[in-house]
Order: sequence, then structure tokens, then C-alpha cells
Amino acid sequence: MVRRSWVRRPWTRRPWTIRTILAFVVLLGSANVWGQERFITLASTTSTANSGLFDSILPRFTASSGIAVRVVAVGTGAALKLGERGDVDVVLVHDRDAEDRFVAAGFGTARRDVMYNDFLIVGPTADPAAIGDMTNAPEALRRIATARAPFVSRGDDSGTHKAELRLWDAPQSGDWYREAGAGMGATLNTARAMAAYTLADRGTWLSFANRGDLVALVEGDARLFNPYGVILVNPARHPHIKAADAVAFIDWLTGPQGQTAIGAFTLAGERLFTPSAE
Amino acid sequence: MSIDSNLPLSLDDVSFDAGGERHIHGISYDFAAGPRTVILGPNGAGKSLLLRLCHGLLTPSTGIVQSTGRQAMLFQNPIMLRRSAAANIAYALAINGVPARERPARVQMALSRVGLEAFAQRAARALSVGQQQRLALTRAWALEPELLFLDEPTASLDPAATRAIEQAIDDVHNSGAKIIMTTHDLAQARRLADEVLFLHHGRLLEAGAADMFFSRPKSREAAAFLEGELLW
Amino acid sequence: MDELGEAFATALGLIVAFDADLVEIVGLSLQVSLSAMGLAAVVGLPLGALVALIRFPGRTAAAALLDALMGLPPVVIGLLVYLMLSRAGPFGVFGLLFTPTAMIIAQWLLITPIIAALTRQVIEDLWVEYAEQLRSLGSTRLRAVPTLLWDGRHSLVTVILAGFGRALAEVGAVMIVGGNIDHATRVMTTAIALETSKGNLVLALALGLVLLTLSLTISGSARMVSR
Repeated sequence: MVRRSWVRRPWTRRPWTIRTILAFVVLLGSANVWGQERFITLASTTSTANSGLFDSILPRFTASSGIAVRVVAVGTGAALKLGERGDVDVVLVHDRDAEDRFVAAGFGTARRDVMYNDFLIVGPTADPAAIGDMTNAPEALRRIATARAPFVSRGDDSGTHKAELRLWDAPQSGDWYREAGAGMGATLNTARAMAAYTLADRGTWLSFANRGDLVALVEGDARLFNPYGVILVNPARHPHIKAADAVAFIDWLTGPQGQTAIGAFTLAGERLFTPSAE
Repeated sequence: MSIDSNLPLSLDDVSFDAGGERHIHGISYDFAAGPRTVILGPNGAGKSLLLRLCHGLLTPSTGIVQSTGRQAMLFQNPIMLRRSAAANIAYALAINGVPARERPARVQMALSRVGLEAFAQRAARALSVGQQQRLALTRAWALEPELLFLDEPTASLDPAATRAIEQAIDDVHNSGAKIIMTTHDLAQARRLADEVLFLHHGRLLEAGAADMFFSRPKSREAAAFLEGELLW
Repeated sequence: MDELGEAFATALGLIVAFDADLVEIVGLSLQVSLSAMGLAAVVGLPLGALVALIRFPGRTAAAALLDALMGLPPVVIGLLVYLMLSRAGPFGVFGLLFTPTAMIIAQWLLITPIIAALTRQVIEDLWVEYAEQLRSLGSTRLRAVPTLLWDGRHSLVTVILAGFGRALAEVGAVMIVGGNIDHATRVMTTAIALETSKGNLVLALALGLVLLTLSLTISGSARMVSR
């Protein structure tokens, strides 16, 4: 048997090989700094992005305008924060109070209606609080509280979270009320695992693949109405934002083409969002 | 003792302390350029320490070590870089400012001097211990030192490898370098030494011509050592 | 655990079909993490070697600091880099937020201490072995830096791989500074996090298996090259 430990392929012995590979790798990384496409950045919510709406409507905008839309999906609070700091060009969220404060503080210019979807209360088939088929959401939540049935809250300052807080009589606490501090999908995962109730937006619910024995129990109450607003980040405050392209997007979104695209988007055969721009 | 700057190495009242203890006690000696010097002594006498003090690897606690000329040292265990035999020698030359265009020729010569030309591109660490020690020796030799220290250079080697090293040491000596080595092998000392320094418990007890030391040692301890009865 | 079986099948399907989205996110993961690894090695290897060899006031503190920084949580680094690169932050003018460059920067900050601290240990151990011989040949501590870095190259390959693995596997930093933007800053780990949050567990697991395979392939090849 030949002892091969001292036989090395010459190229691996020279330091140049390693330096060349490193240089190539660094170049690869920096290549992304150049050759950028034309784009704007949109901050929106995880629930909206996860529904698949953007995958459906944004390519239509890009096809007609040549402007790509890069979506950063975070919670409503974080999305507005990104707008406040000028890290994005446009904000699309669903929390009217926060949106109005955002504009009032001068972080954004005029807010426009875009669409709405709704929330529903989902829970285990066993339905311990007996709220199935109710159409009065606050009353259903009262029953859950009385029964101290397990309930999972987003707990993350998102639009969904704030909508949920508005439906309770008073802030809730106790072993049965769990704050997940997470996005909609993760919260639904938790609710399934704990056989608990939770408030979900219809979009995430329809596309959620991991339902287990969770079912929709309460829907249709006008108080579960979930309106979306689009806001241009204030160019006076943040001169660097791509104001012209962003305005083009907002006009498209609230105009006939965008509104049709929104209305045409379905999930499992159901329309998810109702266009509502004036 | 005065310090003569023509001598390759001079020690004036050199002591070394470590760990709260004195390990070398006030040694003074002038090393002349010609004779091969062997430092003898039982285990723990301080031979290796003394060598390192002379070479500058350790700083004396008192006294002065003065030397002129370039030095090199061979250790008991050859320490090779993870590269080829030739590259090890080239490295030593590069460190000492030898220009790149001169190195290949000098590396080639260094390898031939000890019969290792065939192993030039072999990984140094893959050579046998004897070959590595020869390589270490020729690497030190390639620097053209005026003074070559050797610390028990054949202690880890078999008789054949030992002979090869002793032959090489002879060649180095004949090329003009001053040899100072330690050994605990009396037979080797008798073969190689022109001059003997005898150390015991960190003190220089005897220094002088080798034949005088071996036939008529002046101290009781040296006599016992030569009989094989002074163990430490 | 039949999800695992399904996941294997899904993963295989995606790989064999060369699924375009998969190729895109794998490509970006490699680009970001390899770049971060390369830059971290460029800084971390000499830094670790210098702290190991050069005696300067505060050296012990520097070594301890490097060790401690190995444990920096990626999400904290992500937050700090976000604050620096945000338009409202000191380096906002460069417009790097939500780009792969920002992700490379964050991962570079994450793994440089790892490479530096581990290099320091490797070089320190080598110096113990080599110090007498190198000093005898006339080397200074400074001159020994490149010598020992080259001599320790086998151990250092493992060190660099450790850094790369950490970068490839992290999700907290790249999520915050990259934004997980589809077709722009989505990498394997953020894709896995996204699919998990959407409840697509089988797909998430499949992506995880692809990521694992990628890691193993890279470590394996690096081992073979360094042989």
C-alpha cells in the first residue's frame, strides 16, 4: 500500500489558490450592488403577504409600468415604523387609527382606501364556549372569557391584534388568554396545538394549510370588518424616497386596474379582498 | 573576566533564576573559535538552560552574554514547518534576508550536503526522525552561522542516524563554524569533543581540553560522572 | 412524523426539477454566506493570529472579548445593523437596507469574532510548539503571523467552515436587514421561517433538508480539498 499522506496536488499548496477563491467569493457578493432593476419598496403586513395577494396583483403593475415592487412583510407596527424612518417608499396596512396618527405626525401624506377583508373567530371543533354560528363577535368573546376557554392572541401590536383588542370589553389576562407575540400563521399554529380560539384574518385563514381541527366559528359581523389603507411616505421628510414611482403605484392600486386585480384574486375559489377605493 | 570582542561567545558571571530558584550560578567562560565544545553533566545540571542563555532564547538574571556573529541552533526534537523539506530551508533563508533569486541554489546545496536531495519536495514531517534531524541541521547550516548550538541532537535517534548526524556536525565544523553542543552520551562526547565544560547543579565545575577531562578530571563530581555514578 | 417522509419526497422533487425559486434562494444563500465567510476570514485570521502572538497592553482582555463575541445573538446583530443602515441611521445615505449587501455585512459581523477567537487558539497552540525554533531562526513574533497561519491551515479550514456554517444557518440577522423580499433578499433560512409561519410545514421541512444537504456537501468538499 502506497503511503499517500505526503502526496498533495500542487495547486492546493499554493496560497494563491485560497486568495483567488476568496476574491471570487467577495466579488460575487458585491455583484449585487450594481445592476439594480427599477423598483420601489412597500412595507405591508405578514397576513397580507401570506395571503398571496401581492404575488397575484403586483406582476400586473410591473408589466404595465416597468416598476418592480419589493415587499417587506412585517407587523403593522413595524411597517409603520419603517415608513416613519424612511426605509420604504409606501406603506399598506390595516389599522385606521394608527394610519391616521401616522399621517397626522407628518410621516406620510394622504391616506387612501384600498380594500377590505374581514376577520373571523376560529376555534376547535369541540367549541367549549359554544360560539359556533354566532354573528355577534363581542358577545362570542364574552362567552369565551366567561368559560375561560383557551384563546391565543397575536399579542404583537399588529392590525389584527388591535382589532382583537377592540372587540373585548376590557383587556384580558389569565391562564386561558395566551399572547403569542407572533405573526398570523404562527398564532394559528399555536391555536391548533393548544385547541384554542383565536381571531384570524380571512386571507391567512383561507391559505393556512395546517388547520388540524380548527374551524371557522364566527363571521359576518360588521365589527369584524378589516379595512386597508395605502400611504405614501412623506417625501418632504424623506427626500430620497422614490416618490414619482411610488405615486404611480398608489394611483394604479386605487385606480380601475388595481381594483379589478384585487377583486379578481381568489383563494380556494373565494374572493379574499373587496376593493374599496373611491 | 574581561570580555574579548574577538571571541564568538563570552559569558561573564551569568546566572538564571526561575520559579524562585537559581538554576545557573555565576558562570563565566570565554569560548574560543576553533575547538568543538561539548557541555557535559548529569540530568538537571542546567546544560540545556545554559545553551539557551548563550543563544539568546533566555535572558540571564544577572551577568552578561556577549557574542559576535550569526548563530543557529539544533534542538533535540527537530521542528519542521508543514511544508516541503526544500521549503523549510528556503523559509530559514528568507527570514534572514537572502534574496529570492539566491535561495534555490542555496537550498539545493544545503540538501546535498546532508544527502537529502531526493527528498526536496517531500513533506518535511513525513521524513523519518533521523532525516528530519539532518534536515534541521542543514537548515541551520544554510544560514552560514559562526556559532552552531546543538542540544542533545542525537538523543532521539538510532545508531545509524546518530552516525549520520555526527558526520554532518563534523562537516559543519570543518566549514568553519564553532560547535557548542550538549550531550549525555559519554561515548559521543569522547568522539566529538575538543573541549569539555562540565556542569553540575548549575555550576561550571570544570572546563578545558577534552583529553585532559576524560583522563584526569579535576573534580570529585566529574570523576564520579565519568564512572557513571553521578546521576543528578 | 410522516411529515418527514413527505418532506424528503418534496425535497427530492424540488432538487431534481431544478425548481426555479429553489435555485434562486439557494444561490442567494450561498452568495451571502460565502461572501461573509470570505470577508470574515480576511479580517478574522490575521486578527486572531495577532492577538495570539503580539504582546500588547490589554491583550488578555482582547482575547476574552473575542471569545465573548462568539456568542452574540444574530437577531441582536441584525437589529444593530438595521439601525445603522436605516435611512434614519448614520449610514442610511448608502441605501443598503433590504439588499444582499446588508445581509453580508450583518453575517460578516456575526462570524468574524468566531473566526478570530478560534484562530487565536490555534495559533497560540502552534506558537507553543514552534516558538523556540522560529526565534532561533531569527523570526520575530510579527513575522511568525503568516508562517503560523499557513502552517495551521488544516485546523484553520475547520475554523472557517465553522464560521460559514454559522452564517448559512442563521435567520435572525438576515431577516431584519434583508426583509425576506421575494426574488431579492429571500434566502433558505428566511424561506423556511416564512413557510413555517404560513403553516406549510412539509415545504418548510423540505427546504430544511435541502439546506442540510448543502451544508454537508460544502463541508465534505472543503475537507477533500484540504487533504
